[in-house]
Amino acid sequence: MRGLHLVPANIDLSFISKKTLFFAFSTILILGSIIMFLANGLNYGIDFKGGIMIEVRTEKAADIGAMRKNLGSLGLGEVALQEFGQPTDVLIRIQRQDGGEKAQQEAVSKVKSALGEKVEYRRTEFVGPKVSDELFWDGVLAVGLAIFAILVYIWFRFEWQFGMGAVVALSHDVISTIGIFSLLGLEFNLSTVAAVLTIAGYSINDTVVVFDRVRENLRKYKKMPLPELLNNSINQTLSRTVMTSVTTLLALCALYFLGGAVIRDFSFAMIWGVIIGTYSSICLAVPLLLYLNVSRRGLMVGETDDAASQAP
Amino acid sequence: MIYFAKWKIVAILLICIGGLAFAAPNFLPKETAESLPDWMPHKQVSLGLDLQGGSHLLLEVEVDAVIKEQLESLVDEVRVILRKAKIRYGGLGRDGAKGVKVTIRQPEKVEEARNLLRRIDPQTNTVVDGTAVRIELLERAIADRRNGAMSQSVEIVRRRVDQTGTREPTIQRQGDDRILVQLPGVKDPERIKRLLGKTAKMTFQLTDVRGANMDPSRPAPAGSKWLPSVDSTADTSQPTIYLIKKRVMVSGEDLVDSQPGFDSRDGQPVVNFRFNTRGAKKFGVATAANVNRPFAIILDGKVISAPVIREPILGGTGQISGNFTVQEANDLSLLLRAGALPAPLTILEERSVGPGLGADSIAAGKIASMIGMILVVVFMVVAYGKFGGMADLALIINIFLILAALSVLQATLTLPGIAGIVLTIGMAVDANVLIFERIREEVRAGRTPISAIDSGYGRALTTIIDANVTTLIAALLLYIFGSGPIRGFAVTLAVGIVTSLFTAVMLTRLIVVTWLRRTQPKELPI
Repeated sequence: MRGLHLVPANIDLSFISKKTLFFAFSTILILGSIIMFLANGLNYGIDFKGGIMIEVRTEKAADIGAMRKNLGSLGLGEVALQEFGQPTDVLIRIQRQDGGEKAQQEAVSKVKSALGEKVEYRRTEFVGPKVSDELFWDGVLAVGLAIFAILVYIWFRFEWQFGMGAVVALSHDVISTIGIFSLLGLEFNLSTVAAVLTIAGYSINDTVVVFDRVRENLRKYKKMPLPELLNNSINQTLSRTVMTSVTTLLALCALYFLGGAVIRDFSFAMIWGVIIGTYSSICLAVPLLLYLNVSRRGLMVGETDDAASQAP
Repeated sequence: MIYFAKWKIVAILLICIGGLAFAAPNFLPKETAESLPDWMPHKQVSLGLDLQGGSHLLLEVEVDAVIKEQLESLVDEVRVILRKAKIRYGGLGRDGAKGVKVTIRQPEKVEEARNLLRRIDPQTNTVVDGTAVRIELLERAIADRRNGAMSQSVEIVRRRVDQTGTREPTIQRQGDDRILVQLPGVKDPERIKRLLGKTAKMTFQLTDVRGANMDPSRPAPAGSKWLPSVDSTADTSQPTIYLIKKRVMVSGEDLVDSQPGFDSRDGQPVVNFRFNTRGAKKFGVATAANVNRPFAIILDGKVISAPVIREPILGGTGQISGNFTVQEANDLSLLLRAGALPAPLTILEERSVGPGLGADSIAAGKIASMIGMILVVVFMVVAYGKFGGMADLALIINIFLILAALSVLQATLTLPGIAGIVLTIGMAVDANVLIFERIREEVRAGRTPISAIDSGYGRALTTIIDANVTTLIAALLLYIFGSGPIRGFAVTLAVGIVTSLFTAVMLTRLIVVTWLRRTQPKELPI
C-alpha cells in the first residue's frame, strides 16, 4: 500500500478512557468563554452596534497620530484608528452618533471634509441604529435556527441521543468561538456570524461521520462493550478526520495569509472553528454517547430501510 | 457500482463539458464576452459591489409625513368651509395620526357642519360626539396614499440617479417604507447622497414686507411665516430670516425644465427654468399684480433668494441666482428636473467601496484560491497517489462547475463568496477522502480491488449525504437571514456543496471505474 498515511492504519489511541480529561478541558473552555463574554463583552462591528467605518489610503505611510488628533477634535465621540494591512492604509472607526439616522450621515461628511481630498477613500460604511438592531437580531435568529434545524435533522436521521451529542458539541464550538473573539478583541460582525454558521456546519459534518461509524459498528458488533465500540469507531475514522481537517486548513491558511485584510478575521474564525470542531466531534460528541443511553434495539429496527438506501 | 449505464456516462460528460463551456466567458475580457453571439454561453459572473466598487444605500421614506401633510390640508379645508357657512368653531387641528378634530360652538349647527364636512373627501369617515366632530381618514385611503408615496419616491430616486449618469443602478422598493439603491462603479457617493437627501420642494411665494420692521423672535402675523435663508450662516450682510406669505404663487410641480447656466451680466452660476402653460399663466398673473415687491424662491423650507419683481414675467421662463457654485447650480437644476420627493428620505445604511479596494480584493481572492487549490491538489496526490490525482481532476472540474453555475444563475460573487469557494476547495475533497479511506479499509480487510472500490463508494455514500445536508442547512439559513455580501457567501457555499457532491461521487467513480477496466490492477495504489 502506497500513499501518505498521516494516521497509521492500525492506530489504536485511547480516547474514551481520557474522557474525564476532555470533559474537564471543555468545561473550562466553555466557562472561560462565558465569563470572558460577560466580563469583556464582544468588540461588535458597526453591523451590530451602528457607527461609521472608513478605510483610507494615504500617499506615504500614514501619520496616524496627526490623523487621530485631527479627527478627535471634531467632537464625534470615540474615534479609533488602526493601521490596516499596510502602513499607508488606515481603518477609522467612529462610534454610533446620538441623534438617529441623520447624525451618522452628517458625521461621515464631517470626517471627509476634515481628511480632505488628498486621501483615497477605499471604503465608507455607516450603519444607523435601526438597521444595526435588525442585523443583530437576524444574526441571533440565524444561529439559533441553524442549531435547531441541525438538531432536527440529526434526530430524524439517527436517534435523539446522537442529536443531543451533536448539539452539545456544536454549541461548544459556537460558544468557544465567541469566547476567543472576546479574548482577542477581534471584531464581531456579520462575517463572523457567517463564519460561526459555517463552523456549525463543519463541526456537525465531522460529528456525523463518526456517528455514522458508531451506528454501523453497533449493528455489526452486538456484544462489544460500548466504550470499546466507541473508541474503535473514533480510531477507524481518525484518518479521514485528520485528512479532511488538513485539506480544509490548507485552503483556509491560504485565505488567511493571502486573502487580504478585509477577510482576515473571518478566515481566523474559520481556522479556529475547524480545529475546535474536529476536537469536539472526537473528544466530546462520541464520549457523551456513553451517558445518553444509546439503545441498540432502536437501531436494529431501522436497519431494514437503511440497508435498502445503501444498496447501489 | 462498477457498471455504468451508457446514458449515465453521457450525462456525466455532458455536465462536465457544459460546465467548462459556461465557465469559459469568465476567462475572456468583459467586452469580448459580451460580444459573443447569443447562442454561445456569454454570461459572466456578476461581481458584488465590494469587488467592483460602488455604493449600497438603504433609504427610508418618511411616509408618515405624507399623511401628516394630507391632514394639514384637511384642516385648511375645514377652516374654509366652516367660515364660508358662518359656523363658529374652536379647537381645530390634527387629532392623532389619522384624523382631524373640530368643536362646533353652536350646538344647533352640528348636524349642518357634519353634512358639509362629510362632503370634503369620500375617503373619510365623519363621527359626531356631542359638539365635537372628528374626520378620520379610512385605513384603505391611508394605505393607498402610503403606497402611492412609495412608488413615487422610487421613481424620483431613479430619475435623480439616472441624471447623474450612473451606469446600471439598481433601485428597488424594500418592505413598507424602504428603498434599496445600488450604484456600481460610483466615484462620488457623497454627491448622490446629497442629492437624495433633498426633498426638493420648490415654491415661489411673496415676501411679507412687514417683516423688515419686525423682530424675528416674535410670532409671525396670520397668513405669513418666518423662513430662514439657505446661506444664513455664510453671509451675515443678508437678512438671515425672511417673513414669507403662506400662499403659494407657483410650485415646482409646474416646472418643465431647468438647466444650469451663467448670468449674462456678472457671469455667476445660475439655474434657468421654464414653467408649463399653467405655471406660466399663474406666475404671469402673480408678478403683474406685485410689481416692485420682493418675492422669495423657497427650496425645502429655506429661502434661496428674494429678488424684487421689476416687471411682470409673462414668458414662463426665469432665472434663479443665489451665490451658487457651479456644482450647486448643476445639482439644483438636476433636482428640479427630476421632481420633488413626496416625503423626506433618510439614509439608514451606507456601504461604499472604492474601485481600488475592490480590485485589490479580487486580486487577493484570486491568489488565495489558486494557492489554496495548489496546496490541496499536491496534498491529495501525496496522500492518495493516483487516486488523489483523480480526485484533483474532479476538484478542478468542480471549480469550473461553480463558476458556470454562478454565471448561469447570475448570482452575485462577493468577497465572502470568494472565501466560500476557497472553503469549498478544502471541503470538496472530503467526500473523496471518505471514500478512499473506506477503500483502504476494505483492502486491508482482504477484498479484491473491484470489491473494495465497490463497497468503498457504496458505504461512504450515506455518510457523505448526511454530512453535506447539515452544511446545506447552515448555508440556507445564512441566505435567508444574511444580507449583501454574506448572501454571496451562502450562495457559493451551497452551490459548492451541490457541485462537489456531483464531482466527488459521480465523476471520480466514473474515472476510477474506467481506469480499473483499462488496467485491471491486482493491487490498488492507494
